Amino acid sequence: MPHPISPPVLAEISLDLTTELAFCRHRLVLTAQHLRLESSESSPTVLAEWPLAAGDTLIFSDHAGVGTLALVDAHQRKAHWRFTMKHRAQAEKLIERFAARATPSPAATPAPVAPVEHWLDDSPDTASTLTLLRLWRFARPYRNRLLLGFFLTLAATAATLVPPYLTMPLMDDVLIPFQNGQDIDPWIVGKYLGGLLAAALVAWGLGWARTYVLARVSERIGVDIRTTTYNHLLGLSLDYFGSKRTGDLMARIGAETDRINLFLSLHLLDFATDVLMIVMTAIILFSINPWLALVTLIPLPIIAWMIHLVRDRLRTGFERADRVWAQVTNILSDTIPGIRVVKAFSQEAREAERFTAANRQSLHINDRVNRVWSLFGPTVTALTEFGLLIVWAFGIWQVSQGSITVGVLTAFLAYISRFYSRMDSMSRIVAVTQKTAAGTKRIFDILDHEAGVPDPLQPESPANRPAALRLEQVDFRHGNRHILNNITLSIPQGAMIGLVGHSGSGKTTLVNLIARFYDVSAGKILFDGTDIRQFRVADYRQQIGLVLQEPFLFFGTIAENIAYGKPEATREEIIRAARAAHAHEFILRLPQGYDSLVGERGQALSGGERQRISIARALLIDPKILILDEATASVDTETEQEIQQALDYLVQGRTTIAIAHRLSTLRQADLLVVLDQGQIVETGEHHELLARQGHYYRLYQAQIKLNEAGSQAPAPEEPTHAAD
Amino acid sequence: MPLTNRRLFTNEFNQLLLSEPDSPPIVVIPVRAFALSEPERLIALVDTQGHERAFIADLADLAADDAALIRHTLTERELVPEILRIDKVLSFSTPSQWRVTTNRGASELTLKSEDDIRRFHDGLLITDTHGLPYRIPTLSTLDRHSRRLLARFL
Repeated sequence: MPHPISPPVLAEISLDLTTELAFCRHRLVLTAQHLRLESSESSPTVLAEWPLAAGDTLIFSDHAGVGTLALVDAHQRKAHWRFTMKHRAQAEKLIERFAARATPSPAATPAPVAPVEHWLDDSPDTASTLTLLRLWRFARPYRNRLLLGFFLTLAATAATLVPPYLTMPLMDDVLIPFQNGQDIDPWIVGKYLGGLLAAALVAWGLGWARTYVLARVSERIGVDIRTTTYNHLLGLSLDYFGSKRTGDLMARIGAETDRINLFLSLHLLDFATDVLMIVMTAIILFSINPWLALVTLIPLPIIAWMIHLVRDRLRTGFERADRVWAQVTNILSDTIPGIRVVKAFSQEAREAERFTAANRQSLHINDRVNRVWSLFGPTVTALTEFGLLIVWAFGIWQVSQGSITVGVLTAFLAYISRFYSRMDSMSRIVAVTQKTAAGTKRIFDILDHEAGVPDPLQPESPANRPAALRLEQVDFRHGNRHILNNITLSIPQGAMIGLVGHSGSGKTTLVNLIARFYDVSAGKILFDGTDIRQFRVADYRQQIGLVLQEPFLFFGTIAENIAYGKPEATREEIIRAARAAHAHEFILRLPQGYDSLVGERGQALSGGERQRISIARALLIDPKILILDEATASVDTETEQEIQQALDYLVQGRTTIAIAHRLSTLRQADLLVVLDQGQIVETGEHHELLARQGHYYRLYQAQIKLNEAGSQAPAPEEPTHAAD
Repeated sequence: MPLTNRRLFTNEFNQLLLSEPDSPPIVVIPVRAFALSEPERLIALVDTQGHERAFIADLADLAADDAALIRHTLTERELVPEILRIDKVLSFSTPSQWRVTTNRGASELTLKSEDDIRRFHDGLLITDTHGLPYRIPTLSTLDRHSRRLLARFL
């Protein structure tokens, strides 16, 4: 420390912004007596110093990624400092230590209960071919069969190399002597032709076995990838789904796994065969005549170099083409569910134009890729021809010198014409590998994403415990947006809490935290005195019944939809739940009763009917905690009354948290909690809050006015096709 | 709401009536709650307004003549022909006309889309354009010809 009598440092924060919001590297240090601003070097210079008085407080605020700390007393702001939000944790610690500076012992920081989640960056680098090696994880279980496939490939390739070898003696021992006037020995000819036939038959059989074994394995690997990815996807937090488009995720699981599958079963297999063939051919050629072999193989490095040259351009090109393709499918998955809106605003032409534009973009990018790609193939072919030309020239010269026989030259030509024709198809592996690497990367993007809410290592069981909830100083931030701030709330077992507030006040976020779709950023939520992070997520959610504004029905029968949370429920239980939810009678009117199909492609049900099915679904699992998120918001008043009856029955004896826009639906609530900008501003019961003439009173008045204005035109309940 | 002391009978219009202890009898219609999966159990008796008046957990628990009345009304009201053989399919793209032999005689049905073929257990339920359901209780009972035709739509 450069200061000889420097008091101990209590806390410090890196300030990377000046008060004028220019980037800098400063440090704010808190001691028992001072706040000191210094440059952040190893031997810091003190830039400013503020002595601390008894009435001083530190206030933290943030806006759009920039945090501000202000030192204020009763009369004025004495100083302020700015920093980017990456230093927020330091700021919080500083404030904590600042408040506790009078007491010398350092404040105990609570240990985090669950491991801190960390998100991997979605696109850390471009897809390298090495990504493909990660597929080994899926190939491992099949390694024995893969090995078998490899040996079959080896044998099959060797068998295909026999025929050109036999042309050599056929030429030298049969045809050339015949031209020179000798007779053809049928025995020798028969021997060689028999050998050719046998080689062809063996190659055919081995080729079949190899393709069959490896195609079966790759099909299984494809299925494994698909199911693993889907299972992992289901475990991810709601956050992830919010930030990804359905079309994109569907393409990843569907098309990309298929592409990997095709690559493994077809392209990689072919490539391996080709490489084996080239190696074996090279060995044979060198064993026959090293000089001619050398000349024959000269074009090979040139082609390899070309492949390397084009590979990078093709890779980025194909990745872009993929992304544009995802855009095209995204437009489809955007528009088709929203077709009513499109038609209502007669924007078909606009949507068509959007689709055309995306396709044009796709065309443009593919054209660019194809420009390189189209040059690639013919060049390889041309090089093949040049290669043949060289072999012919060198071979004729050698024959004329008498160093090789005509038979050797024929064998060489037969070998390399096969060899070069394979080079052509081998060059295709570049593009395919790149595409598959890109696809693999997109798959592993999902697999690398860790589940948002982790399970504890030693979970406790929430079963058979009273469902008393307590929120203690709960904070929730999304990115740098503060959504909930210091919420403390007790909900006794069996009580009903009504959450009230403007939209965007944090009501839905609060119930999402209680349902543990997300974890709190700070503070804790206690279930019967135990932090909910100490339970396994699945165990805890079993205690919760959820009724949402937009009930979602899966494609299936009504009975299956009601029994979604309890598939083993008996038919009598299902009927009992439906009766309690006032759904029984309308279900009986459907053609097959409880066996009728609903959901997409199923029976058209009205919003109220679907809502009652979802209430029956919640009733059937008999949850201890019930969350009603605007359960009656999307239906008209008359239907609402019917749903309300069902809800009244549902909430009995359960700890209920209800969100409602229509305050009248919360008349049963034991306690109303008014939220505003992420904070609790008022709590109390209906009359009490009205008498207080605060936030709740204003909301209530506004709604009465709205009802008076709206009562002239009651909206009819229109059946909507359940196209969720 | 089991039947308990209430009784079932028919009137001159061949309607099914349910006697009520304190009021005149009411016309009821038997409705199967699980029309496909549980035809003999869980039957509701609803009035003409669609309100449930009685619920029968199992026809076997009823007095024999009450059960017979309900069965009779159900068979009179509900037609679910069982397909015994698919004779001819006019086109393999929907809408497609089928000539079928059923347990109720030969019929012709129009299949609007493949979505109208529904699997349940090991059988199929095929709903034609007009909403009439045809049943195939088990696929294996069909002959080879019918199965081959059907396979084009599954």
